[in-house]
Amino acid sequence: MIAGGQSLIPLMKLRLASPSLLVDINRIPGLNRIEESGDLLRIGALTRMAEVEASTLIRERYPIIHDASEVIGDPLVRNLGTMGGNISHGDPNNDMPAVMLALGAEFVATGPAGERTIRARDFFTDTFTVALSIDEILTEIRVPKCLPRSGGCYLKLEQKVADFATAGVAIQVRLVKGGVCKEIGVGLTAVGPTAIKAAQAEDWMRGRMSIDSAAVRELARLAGEESNPSADIRGSSAYKKQVVALLTGRAFRKACERARGDS
Amino acid sequence: MGDRIPIAVTVNGVKKEAEVEPRLLLVHFIRDDLGLTGTHVGCDTSNCSACAVLMDGRVIKACTVLAVQADGREILTVEGLSKGGRLHPVQEAFLVKHGLQCGFCTPGMIMSAYALLRENRHPTEDEIRKGISGNICRCTGYAQIIESVQQAARSKQW
Repeated sequence: MIAGGQSLIPLMKLRLASPSLLVDINRIPGLNRIEESGDLLRIGALTRMAEVEASTLIRERYPIIHDASEVIGDPLVRNLGTMGGNISHGDPNNDMPAVMLALGAEFVATGPAGERTIRARDFFTDTFTVALSIDEILTEIRVPKCLPRSGGCYLKLEQKVADFATAGVAIQVRLVKGGVCKEIGVGLTAVGPTAIKAAQAEDWMRGRMSIDSAAVRELARLAGEESNPSADIRGSSAYKKQVVALLTGRAFRKACERARGDS
Repeated sequence: MGDRIPIAVTVNGVKKEAEVEPRLLLVHFIRDDLGLTGTHVGCDTSNCSACAVLMDGRVIKACTVLAVQADGREILTVEGLSKGGRLHPVQEAFLVKHGLQCGFCTPGMIMSAYALLRENRHPTEDEIRKGISGNICRCTGYAQIIESVQQAARSKQW
């Protein structure tokens, strides 16, 4: 199946994929909407990354998604690449999976039996493998509607535009009075066989009364420990764990600034 | 290889009908079937954007779209920019500011610059750098390419 094709066609050109039949879903109408309804933000699976990037709603209320939309591929890739493809390809190097883990998103899978929803945390089962059945397609991304005093941030280190990330960190927080971190989601990109939900880091910070610099350091350390990176041309495993920790601290501080309305 | 599939694509304002293999890339349709060799193939791995063209007004990599996917759509290649023998202001700016050395990336660079300037007629240098960030040049170090885009933005000839 082909949507934006910005991962599949390069794979086909390298003969890493040789499908005997391709179904182009680009012309299915109604799958490129971005809207808030009820207590959800709904993003159609065929929404192009450039449309996400240009969306005022996303930029103002879901900056973590906007951050990621700006750093995926390059501008030409973003003109075709889709939200659904970035998620359902199951590539641990893709950026939206970590963002969706941080946001606690759900995905709508549509097939002959109708629709079902799959939680982001249950979706990324292995490298290039997701929880969709062979006869299902991802049709919609559902994100819990942004609540007051919530904010998020996505940061990644890349050597050059459109390269795979050395590492990426997505953090979404909700603060309550007194600076308590009421809720937190942490997702990691490119440091394991799938995007990683850093649950221990989340558990440690959730409900914490004080989010001083020592607390942020510990959050960062835990996220680094939960990453499981492979050594490659972008760095050793130990280096990448340090990058995760560094980006976690920065992303958490930025997410808190945004939650407080400071930026 | 499968049967050939009929497509109708409007290229530089002219409707072109053809029967193509489903696996054919748009860039090969443009170059080999239509003979429009201004659109270059620089890398074959979707990295360089020398093959950039506009599809329905958005700049894309013609090497990363199948020709059958362009059925019913409008394509603009670098050959479609000049009018009546006059270079488009973006082309003129690359000439005046010498925004190239070997010239291999230039058609794609011009199409990305054109797409950027259509959306944003007065980009900052940072916006220009982001706008052409998918286009790789291995000669210039980009300085004169940026100046070319700035020159094109100043042009009154659009």
